[in-house]
Amino acid sequence: MAVEKKPLKAAPMTKKARNFISTVAITGLALAVLFLFMIPMVYGIVTAVKTDSQFSKTGAPWWPATEGKFNYEGKDYEIYSVPLPDGDTRDLALVVKGRERSSFVDPDNPEAGLIEWEGAWRQLERTWAPDPQWSNFAKAWTTINFPLLLRNTVVYAVITTFGAVMSAALVAYGFARFRIPGKNILFMLMISTVILPGAVTLIPTYFVFLKLGWVGTWLPLIVPAFFSWGTNVFLLRQFFLTIPRELDEAAMIDGAGPFRIFFSIILPQAVPALTAVGLFHFFYAWNDFFGPLIYLAGNPDKFPITVGLTAFNNLYSQSTNLIQAASLLSAVVPIIVFFLAQRVFMQGIVVTGVEK
Amino acid sequence: MSLSAAIQREKTPKVKMTDIQKKEARWGLLFLAPFLIGFLAFYLLPMIASFVFSLYDFNPAVPDQAKFIGFDNWYRAIFLDAEVRLSFMRTLHFAAISLPIGLGFSLFLAILLNSRNVLGKNLFRTLFYMPTMIPLVAVVLIWAGVLNEQTGWINVLIERATGIKAIGTQGLRWLADPKLVYYAYTMFGLWGVGNAMIIFLAGLQGVPTELYEAAEIDGANWFQRLGSITLPMITPVIFYQLVLGVIGSLQYFLAPFVLNRGTGFPEGMTRFYMVYFYKQSFSFFSMGYGATLAWLMFIFALVLTIALFGSAKYWVYYASEEK
Repeated sequence: MAVEKKPLKAAPMTKKARNFISTVAITGLALAVLFLFMIPMVYGIVTAVKTDSQFSKTGAPWWPATEGKFNYEGKDYEIYSVPLPDGDTRDLALVVKGRERSSFVDPDNPEAGLIEWEGAWRQLERTWAPDPQWSNFAKAWTTINFPLLLRNTVVYAVITTFGAVMSAALVAYGFARFRIPGKNILFMLMISTVILPGAVTLIPTYFVFLKLGWVGTWLPLIVPAFFSWGTNVFLLRQFFLTIPRELDEAAMIDGAGPFRIFFSIILPQAVPALTAVGLFHFFYAWNDFFGPLIYLAGNPDKFPITVGLTAFNNLYSQSTNLIQAASLLSAVVPIIVFFLAQRVFMQGIVVTGVEK
Repeated sequence: MSLSAAIQREKTPKVKMTDIQKKEARWGLLFLAPFLIGFLAFYLLPMIASFVFSLYDFNPAVPDQAKFIGFDNWYRAIFLDAEVRLSFMRTLHFAAISLPIGLGFSLFLAILLNSRNVLGKNLFRTLFYMPTMIPLVAVVLIWAGVLNEQTGWINVLIERATGIKAIGTQGLRWLADPKLVYYAYTMFGLWGVGNAMIIFLAGLQGVPTELYEAAEIDGANWFQRLGSITLPMITPVIFYQLVLGVIGSLQYFLAPFVLNRGTGFPEGMTRFYMVYFYKQSFSFFSMGYGATLAWLMFIFALVLTIALFGSAKYWVYYASEEK
């Protein structure tokens, strides 16, 4: 009897222990995946602060470094890692170079004077000292003319975000609150525009903008944003439908017209959804590449960051460190905005992604 | 759900509209105006015009010399120009590699982060999402660096960890080897899985817990629960992601353009359909032919979408249909 009871008593403990083990294992798995996932990010940051000379030298370490030097009696000498006769390997500065014997000085103890060493110094390896070049970011900033690209991108993103949110809100209000004949067909048409490949409409649109003299300006990129995009309208309509109609009706009885209701009832209630749509569009605009590439070709002073970065990559393809620095610079603003508003943003993704 | 309910409600018998209803409809149309105008100006009319353009030999630099040539462009694209077929096949080939890996990875992350046993769930979610915020051009440049055959960390890590020769011209030339380049491009895409991951997570949280409890009582293990409950229940989300992914793949353009300006390096492998379309339309400015290619892409997209929707009834589970 007693023997049979034992496992029963121990059961809650084992369950707890098993739970603990799976927590450790699964969290560990997530950490491992995250580590692999972030390797390129760390690579980008580390590479961005590397010194120029590091890329062409064999034996250069993976971290930002310069070859070690030591100032001895007013002159810079190169530091090598030297195997000594007693089996030790020490980092010594090479003072007098010789074919078969050379003289070194110990940087930690220069007072001890020169150390004679037998062997060919050419076969020694250089030592590297950590030396992150934070100035690479400043260099990338000026070389790529980042202030101009940033200004262009911000102006473009802010104007189109305003247009996209305003127009989508108006249309979503129309879909959510009014009985219109054929509304469902119109709604279906709007949803279908989301999966229409943009190329189909591109050439005539380009031609019209060319005839209007808009190619080479931002107008072809800005104006269409004011005519409401399917996904944005969908998200806002879903949200507007959850706002109680009683509020509208109360306002209507008080004599408010549709515009008044839209501005003083619907919009204030829908701030989270409007923020989500605004963020979506902001990131879209920040990332936009094909439109600016086509419409701004040959006007580098109007380039946004994406197109400017591509041109920079073509010009300075050898400056790996500057390219990584510029790439990281372009990511700073979206990442900051994301961290400030992630909750609203992620809820918006769920609404557009799951409910459709 | 709300959509079908709305459709039901609208199907009232046709009677003459009262003045109040007319007024309401007029107000509604006023609010819909940005969409109606935008739809006409940026979708419907350009689509029709695009078709008309495809019947012309047309260069915008010399619009006076435009010549009506009937279906010559179409004939050329379908029968004479092998590059159209090749670039389309490349696009499909790449999609067949990148979509399953991308969807699989985002689903894997979602299942991992949905587990009761993960500590710091929100932090993980934020960190896995973060690279999605980085502009794609920067993503491509960072990954091209880390995949560099000589100095990239991926090859260094592979060589250190496994001892296989990975570094250098005899090693893994991710961006220059025609056999590897699609996998390299697929890896760029892994930094954009944030949205899919969040949508999958929401889908997973929507699976009724009673199902799991019942399965546990029946003695189903984790894999059985995954195969018989989790995956079937989120097939609508997978379907939605698949449709968007296929349409997106057809327009894949940025990475090959940023890395090699559309030369197709290596061995033409990265001259995808959209890259070829860009070349014809905006490098050679043969816009009549470009419009033809665009229309062909539209037809491809339509066929693929219809095929996907047709396949849906065999594998996508919709709870509401069983009412």
